[in-house]
Amino acid sequence: MSFAVSENPKLLSLTDRGLYCEVGDFYVDPWRSVERAIITHAHSDHARWGMKYYLCSQEGEGVLRRRLSPESHITSYAYGEAITLNGVQVSLHPAGHILGSAQVRMELDGEVAVVSGDYKTAADATCTPFEPIRCHTFVTECTFGLPIYRWQLDEEIFADINGWWRENQAKGRCSILMGYALGKSQRALSGLDPKQGPIIVHGAVHAMNEAYREAGITLPETRRLGELPAGFDFSQAIVLAPPSVQGSTWLRRFGEVSCAFMSGWMAVRGAKRRRAMDRGFVLSDHVDWPSLLGAIEATRAERIWATHGYTNILVRHLREQGKWAEVLTTEWEGEQDATEAGAAEQEESA
Amino acid sequence: MRDFATLYLDLDSSNRTNDKVAFMVEYFRTASAEDAGWAVYFLTGRRPKRPFASTKFQLWAAETAGINPWLFTECYDAVGDLAETIALILPPPTETNQEGLAWWVQNVLLGLAKEPEENQRRIVQESWQHLTTPERLVFNKLITGAFRVGVSQELVVRALSISSGVPQATLSHRLMGDWTAGSLFFESLLSLDQDSSEDLSRPYPFCLAHPLEGEASSLCDLSEWHVEWKWDGIRAEVIRRGGNTYVWSRGEELITARFPEIAAIGDRLPEGTVIDGEILAWSEGRPLPFAELQKRIGRKTVGAKLLQTVPVTLITFDVLEFRGEDVRAKPLSDRLQILDELKTTGLVEVPMPKTVNDWSELAAIREQARDLRVEGLMLKRKSSVYGVGRKRGDWWKWKLDPFTIDAVLIYAQRGSGKRASLYTDYTFAVWNDERQLVPVAKAYSGLTDAEIKEVDAFVRKNTQDKFGPVRTVTPMLVMELAFEGIQKSSRHKSGIAVRFPRIARWRHDKLPADANTLEEIKRLIPD
Repeated sequence: MSFAVSENPKLLSLTDRGLYCEVGDFYVDPWRSVERAIITHAHSDHARWGMKYYLCSQEGEGVLRRRLSPESHITSYAYGEAITLNGVQVSLHPAGHILGSAQVRMELDGEVAVVSGDYKTAADATCTPFEPIRCHTFVTECTFGLPIYRWQLDEEIFADINGWWRENQAKGRCSILMGYALGKSQRALSGLDPKQGPIIVHGAVHAMNEAYREAGITLPETRRLGELPAGFDFSQAIVLAPPSVQGSTWLRRFGEVSCAFMSGWMAVRGAKRRRAMDRGFVLSDHVDWPSLLGAIEATRAERIWATHGYTNILVRHLREQGKWAEVLTTEWEGEQDATEAGAAEQEESA
Repeated sequence: MRDFATLYLDLDSSNRTNDKVAFMVEYFRTASAEDAGWAVYFLTGRRPKRPFASTKFQLWAAETAGINPWLFTECYDAVGDLAETIALILPPPTETNQEGLAWWVQNVLLGLAKEPEENQRRIVQESWQHLTTPERLVFNKLITGAFRVGVSQELVVRALSISSGVPQATLSHRLMGDWTAGSLFFESLLSLDQDSSEDLSRPYPFCLAHPLEGEASSLCDLSEWHVEWKWDGIRAEVIRRGGNTYVWSRGEELITARFPEIAAIGDRLPEGTVIDGEILAWSEGRPLPFAELQKRIGRKTVGAKLLQTVPVTLITFDVLEFRGEDVRAKPLSDRLQILDELKTTGLVEVPMPKTVNDWSELAAIREQARDLRVEGLMLKRKSSVYGVGRKRGDWWKWKLDPFTIDAVLIYAQRGSGKRASLYTDYTFAVWNDERQLVPVAKAYSGLTDAEIKEVDAFVRKNTQDKFGPVRTVTPMLVMELAFEGIQKSSRHKSGIAVRFPRIARWRHDKLPADANTLEEIKRLIPD
C-alpha cells in the first residue's frame, strides 16, 4: 500500500512503514523498522528504535543518542548542509520544536517537498529558531490547529511560573513543575530564576539536561535528589519532573506540594481540571493557530498535508481559503494531553 | 475588571477550601465597596437577566474572530464552555481598560437588555477589544449567566466575615431574599450595627439536615428526638410582617403570587411571625405525586382550574419568629409549643401516626413512607436550635432506600465545565415488549473519575452514530441506576419518568440482556 504525497510519487509517498522517498530510499520518522531513517526530532513518536541507519541534525545528535542506544548508527548534518542521496537533494532545517529538531527538505527534478516534523515559530532559548522554507509540498503537523489556541509570550509565562514558585515558597509548599522531560523541561528551566531557590530535577529530566549542556546550551544550575543532604528542606524548592510522577509515591518525599503542568492543552480550563493540577501553564512547543496559518502561508506550498492533530478542521479551513489540502494519516502523536498512555510511555523511555 | 478576573481564575483553579476563602478575603479587603458588592452578587449565584440569546453571542464572536460558524462550533465542542470558547478565539485586545467590575456591570451589562440588537452587537464587540483573555472570560460569564466557580454562599459568607468581623449568621441573613448590589449595598452588608432597619420581607437562612449515615439506633436515646415525616414538596418560609405576607422558597425565590392558598395561610398569622414548612399538593388527606406539584411550580400566576385540580397546602414544622422576636435560639421543643399555639390560626397539622417506643418500631413506620408519598423520616434533636445552613449532629434525614434498576448505556454526551471534552452525560435504556431498548433515564453522576475515563474511552471506541453532540454507542455497558421516585409520564417515550436518577454502580458482571424490562419497572409505580 502506498500513495503519492508529492506530485512526483517517487519523491515522497506514504507507505505502511511511514513517509518514504523512493528515489532516495529513505524514510522520515518511520514507525516500523527500515534501513535508513531521517529523524526530525528525538521525541519517541518520531524517533523509534530499530532502524539500521539514523540521520539527524548535528544539534540533535546528542539527545537522539540518549533516547536510542549508544550503539545506534547515527550520522548527523549541520542545518542547511546539502546531502545527495541517490540523486535526491536532502537538507535539514531548524524546526524550533526542541534541541536539534529539523524540517526535512527534499528536492528532485525541481520539485521540493518539506516534512515539518513538530515545530514552533516562537522564540526558544534552548534551540535554533524555526526557518521558513519555500516548497511545493508541505507536510505540516497541526497538534493545536484550532483558533482557541493562541500562545502568550515566553516572558509572561516565565514570570507566571516564577510568581507561582514564590507564592508556594511563602506558603511553605514545594513547587512541582511537570512537563515533558525532553524539550519542555529545558525550555522551562531556561526561564526559571535560580536566585529564587534551589532547582531540583527528576532523573529523566537530568539525563536530557546533560545532553543539552553538552550541546552548548546554558541552563541554570540544577540538583538531583541523590546529591541533597538528608533532611533537605524542600519548601523553598522547585522540582522539574515528567508528568508520570503525578499521583506517584515519588512525590511524597517533598512534603506539602503544589503541582503544575506545562502544556498547550492547559489553555482550556477543563483540561486543567481533569488533571487535578493546582496550576496549568500554557507553554507549548508547537505552533498555535495564527502561527500555524502563517507558517503554511510562508512556504507558498501548492499541496498541504495535515498530520497529527486537528487535521480535518485545518484541511477544511485551508480549502475554504482556496488551498489544496488533505489529511495525511500517520502514527505521530504530537503533544499528548498526558492523560493518555502515549506520554507516560514516552517518559518511561526517557 | 482585572482584579475580579484574577479572583475568578484563582477560585476556579484552586481545589482547596482554605485557599479559596483566602483569595476572597484578599479581594474583599482590597476592592472598592462597589466592586466588592457586585462580586458578592455574582459569587452568591445571582445574575441579571440574560440580555440576548446565546446564538447571537456566538455569531458576533465568530464574526470578530474572522472564522466561519462551523469552525466556531468545533472550538466550542473542544472547550465545552461558551464563555471560555469566545474568550479564547478572539484576537488580542487593542486597548486595555482600568475600570472595575462595578463600572462594567452598571455601564455595560445592565443596560444591554434594553438596547436594540445592532447596538448590543456593537457594545459587546467593543467591550471585547478592551478586555484581556481572562477579563473576557469573566465578562462573557456575566452575560451568559453561567457564573459558577465552585464557591458556595457559605464560603462567601465565611470570607466576608473574616474580612469584616461581622458574624456569619448576620451576613447570611442579610444576603437572603431579593437584592441587587447598589451603591451602598456593601457598606450596609458589612455594617456592624445590628439594629439597622432590616428589610421586612427578608427570610431567615434555612436550617438543613444531613442524611443519616449508619444505624438510626446510633443516635441513642429516642426520647431526645423529635420525629416527623420527610415531605416531598417545596421547602418554604412564610413571613407575616408589617401587615404583609411573603412566601420564600429554598431557592430564595419569592413565590407568594404562585401559591395564593399559602399566602392566605400567612395572612391569618399574627403580626411578626415566620414559619418554616413544606408546600405540598394535597388532596383527600395525603399528598399528590410530586409531578402534580410541578405543574404549579413553573407558573407565575395560577388559573382557577389549576387551583382546583392541584390544591396546595403548607405542612408546618418550625417557627423562627414569634411576636416580632427571633426565636431560632430557643430549643426545638419550645418552638414546637409556639407552633402549637399558632395551629389555632388554621395551620394544617399532620402529626406522626402514633407515638413510638423504640428504634425498630420507628424503622417499621419508615417503611410505610412510600405508600404515604413521603420520602422517609426526619429526626431532630429536641434541644436543638434553628441553625444556619447544613450543620451536623442535630438534624438528620432518614430517607427510604432508593429504587434501583439495571439499564444499558445507549447515548453519551460531553459534559461541561470540569467535565468538558469527557463523555460524562449518559442516557440509559431498558427492554420493551418487542425486546427493543427504550430510553428511561439520563444520569450524570455516580461514577468515580477513573470510571468516567474508562467510559469515555469506551464511548470513543464504540460510537455508532453522531447527532450533534450526542453519540449513539454500541449497547454493551450495564449500570445500576438509583432513583427516588417513579411516575407515569405521557411526555416520555417509555411512558415513565423517574426522579433524581444517578448511577449506583457499574455492573461489570451483567450483560445488556440482563438489564431490566420496562414492564418490571412499571410495576414499581405506586398506585
